[in-house]
Amino acid sequence: MKRRDVLKGGLVLMATTTLASIYKPAYSRTYVGGTGMWKAAPPPPLSVVDPTRLVYLTPQEARLAGAVFDVLIPADELGMGATEAGCVTFLDHQLAGPYGSAAKDYRLGPVVEGLPQQGPQGIMTPAEMYRRGLAELEHAAHAEFNKSFLDLSEEQKITFLQGVERGTISFDTLKSDQFFVLMLQNVREGYLADPMYGGNRDMVGWKLVGFPGAIYDYRDWIVSKRGKKIDVHPVSLLARA
Amino acid sequence: MNYKRPKADVVIIGLGWSGSTMAEELTRAGLNVVAIERGAWRETSTSFPTTRDPDELSGSVRKEILQAPVTETYTVRNRVGQTALPLRKYHNLTLGNNVGGAGTHWAGASWRWLPFDHQPHTHVMQRYGAGQLVDGLILQDWGVTYDDLEPFYDRFEKIAGTSGTAGVVNGQRQPGGNPYEGSRSSPFPTPALERSRANVLFAEAATRLGYNPFPVPSAMIGAPYTNALGLNLAPCTYCGYCQLYGCGNWSKSSPNICILPVLMQRTNFTLVTECEVLRINTTPDKKMATGVTFIDSDGNTGEQPADIVITATFTLDNTRLLLLSGISTPYDVASGQGVVGRAFTFQTLSWAFMFFENEYMNPFMNTGALATQIDDFNGDNFDHTGLGFIGGAGIQSLSNQGLPIGMAGLLPKGSPQWGKGWKQAFQRGYQNYAQIQGQGTSFAHREQFLDLDPTYRDRYGRPLLRITFDYNENDRRSGRFIRDRCVEIAREMGATEVGGDSFADRPYSGYTPWDSSHVQGGVAMGEDPRTSVQNRYQQNWDIPNLFVIGASSFPNNAGYNPTVVVGATTLWTAKAIIEQYLRNPGPLVRL
Repeated sequence: MKRRDVLKGGLVLMATTTLASIYKPAYSRTYVGGTGMWKAAPPPPLSVVDPTRLVYLTPQEARLAGAVFDVLIPADELGMGATEAGCVTFLDHQLAGPYGSAAKDYRLGPVVEGLPQQGPQGIMTPAEMYRRGLAELEHAAHAEFNKSFLDLSEEQKITFLQGVERGTISFDTLKSDQFFVLMLQNVREGYLADPMYGGNRDMVGWKLVGFPGAIYDYRDWIVSKRGKKIDVHPVSLLARA
Repeated sequence: MNYKRPKADVVIIGLGWSGSTMAEELTRAGLNVVAIERGAWRETSTSFPTTRDPDELSGSVRKEILQAPVTETYTVRNRVGQTALPLRKYHNLTLGNNVGGAGTHWAGASWRWLPFDHQPHTHVMQRYGAGQLVDGLILQDWGVTYDDLEPFYDRFEKIAGTSGTAGVVNGQRQPGGNPYEGSRSSPFPTPALERSRANVLFAEAATRLGYNPFPVPSAMIGAPYTNALGLNLAPCTYCGYCQLYGCGNWSKSSPNICILPVLMQRTNFTLVTECEVLRINTTPDKKMATGVTFIDSDGNTGEQPADIVITATFTLDNTRLLLLSGISTPYDVASGQGVVGRAFTFQTLSWAFMFFENEYMNPFMNTGALATQIDDFNGDNFDHTGLGFIGGAGIQSLSNQGLPIGMAGLLPKGSPQWGKGWKQAFQRGYQNYAQIQGQGTSFAHREQFLDLDPTYRDRYGRPLLRITFDYNENDRRSGRFIRDRCVEIAREMGATEVGGDSFADRPYSGYTPWDSSHVQGGVAMGEDPRTSVQNRYQQNWDIPNLFVIGASSFPNNAGYNPTVVVGATTLWTAKAIIEQYLRNPGPLVRL
């Protein structure tokens, strides 16, 4: 094994984070039995994301994403809409982190389109997909209606997004239907993940379906509430969230 | 910088269930053991506290506990002639990324396999003859029987604290258990957990149809329990954060709570973490293994010499390590000769998905293995005459999911996936959804195999493992048969909407939702060196001081999950090493 090869592999890894990480010291460790209480490194502390500023999306992208999200999960008598629930804040922070940079994906080439059952072969990251996809979406709205997606009527937005979902409204630099799948997944995540990630405000998504949240002991209910309605105020991992 | 560690009696590659079970046995016997693990050290109270573990996003959605494809992945194609492409994103094969391996985040179904599953060739030939086999099917016995393994099944259950209701103890039928199970020398260490609403509806329907429902044996501890190693396990609380989560409650069997606290106190045990073994080293004549070469997180290459090498990595990586090390003969699909990568199997899944009206399933109260099953169509528990296939499935009501992101797309037929209509449908569907899984057998086929990919490489420049797999005709026939049984029971349960599916009717994909993670084989144990890599003790036929342990040894997959069988076969091999090999190092089976 040549050092150069290791670095080459490492560089692919690091392309999505900082260059300095390549030179971080060894984290390999040796534990000799019977010589200590083996405590693991604690995970980073939980924290609530800051909703007051954008960390990846531009203000225009955030407005567009919010307008799409509010069609996917609208405000109605069952609860607030996606944007009010914080789904854009959620998305923004997700795209700025390891998820947005596809840090866990295998990204070495050759990149070849395969059969559907071989799964996604593209190596565009979610952050890149939103940057291009939102611009393409706006461009397509102008081509279709001669105005911004933001200014379309509710019915026009629904019809337009149905076209994106089916791929009949197509984009140039990425597949519109794949971008739609990504947006739908992310807005659901924002609406239903723990509020500390920025969405699911007041646990609106959990209340929609009756999910109790971050509870880890149901022994009192597993028999007594079997098949019965449970009225419980959900809890999140952080009280502030 | 290259360096050499002091020689050990034994080096174990990978510290998951099989590696830690083996290490505990061998250190207790006095051997000096070094384990080399690719993942980091994890410790239950620090790494998986109940105050942060109930988090669907980081757990089952972002899958942060798993080994990432960037670290290593596999290429897949359905058949020879296609170009295999890499699994670039998280896929269905859920590898561990820490000390404890997949045993830390597993769902927890804890099965002994049927006597049939260990000797399928003998059973099928006796009952039906070779005409029952579809063209190209590979069927062979393991060389070790259920009766051989029973004491080791028993021991492993007492390490794991397995919960369940026994069906057959010392040959006597027991009420409420699985009437088809192999005879047990003792009941389960802890009692079966309470049932979910869906489990109860399933059991009632199955009983009306004349079947024999029983609780699925589980890693979720049924009562406070002190295990065989003196460690205290706690009762499960039904929180539902099992699969893809660690358990900070000390109530899901794992190497981390059942073995490691004891093992880590042994002065003759050393654990090296975050080092990846690159190859198994051998003498030039390939008659003996001499140790392993690994790479650490700084890119330094280390060597660990040892008298015995034990490979205990993920199933697929066991095969890959042998291929990368040039050990034993690779399988050649054209000629059918060779053994490494041969007898590779997956699992044949069938489902009934259903919706009820005005139910409160309360799906969040669950465990990774809260299931009630019938085995009336599993293994060879029913007459296959005229059916055109062998095997079957465990058919179970599985209450293993209640987390909302994962359920957001599970909607009654025709429901919109977004907009106001989605909110209404999701609200109704969440409480009214239930599922029946047929977890089916998979038998090897001469066109299903593993080898090294000619194109794609890992981060160190080594070839990835290539999977060539599609369901064979036996899978397709058994899958449809089982799907129809699932649907019949679902209708009997009173569901207003029932859909059935047999995955084997479509090409294999590593991304099919609700699919299994259970791949098996590639380093088969067996009775004949022409059709197996290792003998009945999981000892390499060519290199007597090399043992490859885990589900890679199983030449067929059962209608069950594999973990307890991995534990039992590991203990069986440990005993053979301690009581036979150490006294007289050399082949334990002479032909």
